[in-house]
Amino acid sequence: MADASARFASRAAKELRRELLVTPFPELGLVAANGPNDPAPELVIENGVVARMDGRAAAEFDVIDRFLVEHGLDLEVAAEAMALSDLELARMLVDVDVPRSEVVRLARGLTPAKLARVAGLLDPVELMFALKKLRARRAPANQAHVTNLKESPALLAADAAEASARGFAELETTVGVARYAPLNAISLLVGSQTARPGVMTQCAVEERRNLELAINGLVTYAETLSVYGTEQVFVDGDDTPWSKSFLGAAYASRGVKVRFTSGTGSEALMGHAQGMSMLYLEARCISIVRAAGSQGVQNGSISCVALVLSLPGGTRAILAENVIAAWLDLEVASGNDAIASHSAIRKTAKLMGQFLPGTDFVTSGYSVMPRHDNTFGGGNYDADDLDEWLTVQRDWQVDGGIEPVDETEVTRVRERAARAVQAVFAELGLPPVTDAEVEAATSGYDSADMPDRDRAADVEAADEALRRKVSGLDVALALDRRGFGDIARAVVDMQRQRVSADYLQTSAVIDAEGVVHSAVNDPNLYTGPGTGYRLEGERWETLQALPHAVDAASLGTGAGDRGAIVEVLGEAAAGTDPTEVVIAVGPAFADTIRETINGLDHGDVLAAILDGAAEAGAVPRVVRVRRVADVAFIAHDGARLSGSGIALGLQSKGTAVIHRADLQPLDNLELFGMSPLYSLESYRAMGRNAAGYALGKRVGPVPTELDNFARAKLIVRTTLLHARETRAVVKGAAPLELELVAPLSSAIQ
Amino acid sequence: MTFDPTVDYPLGSRRPDLVETPSGLALDEVTLEAAQAGTLVAADVRATAATLGRQAAVARAAGRRQLADNLERAAELVGVPDDQLLEIYTALRPGRSTAVELEAWARRLDDWSAPQTAAFVREAAVAYAARGLVGG
Repeated sequence: MADASARFASRAAKELRRELLVTPFPELGLVAANGPNDPAPELVIENGVVARMDGRAAAEFDVIDRFLVEHGLDLEVAAEAMALSDLELARMLVDVDVPRSEVVRLARGLTPAKLARVAGLLDPVELMFALKKLRARRAPANQAHVTNLKESPALLAADAAEASARGFAELETTVGVARYAPLNAISLLVGSQTARPGVMTQCAVEERRNLELAINGLVTYAETLSVYGTEQVFVDGDDTPWSKSFLGAAYASRGVKVRFTSGTGSEALMGHAQGMSMLYLEARCISIVRAAGSQGVQNGSISCVALVLSLPGGTRAILAENVIAAWLDLEVASGNDAIASHSAIRKTAKLMGQFLPGTDFVTSGYSVMPRHDNTFGGGNYDADDLDEWLTVQRDWQVDGGIEPVDETEVTRVRERAARAVQAVFAELGLPPVTDAEVEAATSGYDSADMPDRDRAADVEAADEALRRKVSGLDVALALDRRGFGDIARAVVDMQRQRVSADYLQTSAVIDAEGVVHSAVNDPNLYTGPGTGYRLEGERWETLQALPHAVDAASLGTGAGDRGAIVEVLGEAAAGTDPTEVVIAVGPAFADTIRETINGLDHGDVLAAILDGAAEAGAVPRVVRVRRVADVAFIAHDGARLSGSGIALGLQSKGTAVIHRADLQPLDNLELFGMSPLYSLESYRAMGRNAAGYALGKRVGPVPTELDNFARAKLIVRTTLLHARETRAVVKGAAPLELELVAPLSSAIQ
Repeated sequence: MTFDPTVDYPLGSRRPDLVETPSGLALDEVTLEAAQAGTLVAADVRATAATLGRQAAVARAAGRRQLADNLERAAELVGVPDDQLLEIYTALRPGRSTAVELEAWARRLDDWSAPQTAAFVREAAVAYAARGLVGG
């Protein structure tokens, strides 16, 4: 038996392997799609009444079937839609010439089994295409999570402000301690409206409290209404489709935008999947959501994502459920909030399914603060990942709903929001927010940087705020009295939105001018290239302008106003000394470029090489080759000038070659291509070796390191430096004899 | 001017003339100044049944029958007191109510001029009876 494989051991130690992958176990519902108990699609209508659906006769219908028959299925289109084959429907989903409106019309007559079966026929790229076509609203958007472990109002407000400044259309908070709800809702309301009027907020808490917050105008939406795909799990969750639907209407009656929640895996987790696949059960859930009259759904496995991902086809099933929801004409907040994987590769691969097509909300909660402050247990992507998210948007030219904002502006809005919430707390007689809290919330990393508060006093004050029915208007008046008139007006504008109730329509978001954009007035009309939402123009300019992107035209070539590094002595002639080594530098060397890609001053580099060559017994001289920028030719030209026939060619970026006059130009004795890794000591060794060849000594190659990331890190600089070198080329010009004036540093001593 | 659900959305920007608060303030009177003056109070900052009815019509015109039905139920529930709303919700949870109790809620909803919601509760009562979800 051979020893254990070191490579297997290395892989087993990776983050990915902290997760359990399992084989399907259909009896427990641990199967992503096509479960053995999934019924065949079926709909029998007799005398205008549904007699059978998906393998059950009417008498056997459970509470979900009954609800779907009563409210979900549109019988006027059912016969036509169910008569289409699975494949015909699947092909329509990805046919650009079949408009969204047509496939949405047909979906109204499809049973859950049919929806699951059809979505199951699409491969991942087809699912992504279908999702792009089926999204309800024209433009994608994103939702943020805003929470922290200390429930610090200043930090909540600052994070809400940053999230709003970054373009999130909705912000969701929750509570660690339930009684905090009104305080957290106030902090979010104030913070959101500080940075961008129109951003919608919610505080996920128990229904009674949630409704109270809504009635008082402290929140504008809710997505806490969960549904499940089997009767048993639904009832275990202490609800029925009728109770949940009633609750949805109750919220709407108080002007709250409602989005239901569902997702693959919950039935298996709760132990009653009844041998049916996650995707089929989710198709039932989404059908309930539509039947209940919700405008949308938060789906994409949500909190069960890691369970679904333990199974073959899990990522694909999650994308398929998003597609079914969009197909049923629902707003989709597409998950990507709970942590999907320990592996950055794996979770990002999963994200692409929603990110590239774009959904109404690409995540149902991007953690704008570090994930350990995320009290939803979310944080799949968090504050530390923002630059990566923004870069991936820029890479793909895709709008993932987050905007780059520079540090100055982020700091400004964070501080202002923290100050504003400090003022509101003072005006409303809530426990004070100190200046130290404002400062920590402005520039701190997370809640560990926040001063502790008297939490007992906070929850007492929160209870009192609910009793007094502190309202959105009270918050606005408080802001105004303390000189935050603009934020006060934005808060009042959110109150006005509750009066017109336009945001109750499908996929609604509110822009900074207070205009609602929903699937009604801003629908997705994508029908192929050249149509629909495309990231271009001003928006594309915004999303590509990352604060840390460098202006290519001004990228550094080494500040060079310390004076001349070399002196030109005249045209270079061929040498005759057999101990001579020529150091042939490129056209821009020590002139328009003055340091190597590794930041070594050209004077120091030359000095090191000269020193090395002399130390080995050769007589070095320096020439500048002007006719060409390629290092092989620079070196070869140098070799032909050298009395020994040996030269060291050196490009301005630092790449070097040792050449001999009788070799072909593209051949060489030694090539030093890892310029980013070279130190002055490396150049000294190159000089020594060149001398060794000239004097006919035995020469061991200069030891070089290998950095596979050097190219990724430096290819841009390489390109720009080489462009500069090329620009310095003078066609046909003779080489020049140079003399080193003085090295910059004494680094070579 | 009559209301056309196919073109008058968003009401807030296209037809503010049709939108008012429960006490009859016009939409453009929902301002900070009105709040300062005390003419606008928190309880008045909400959608009326008429506004929700128009939103239901907008949803129906856009082909969203279920959302429209839901908004019509919402319009009916505007007049139902807050605490009663949550009581009805609780009553509809599984195993909480007998058929008689659900019927009593339906009658009360009829009294609140909420016939569609009443019918919804009655429909639930039938389904619950069939599935053993009635309590008592």
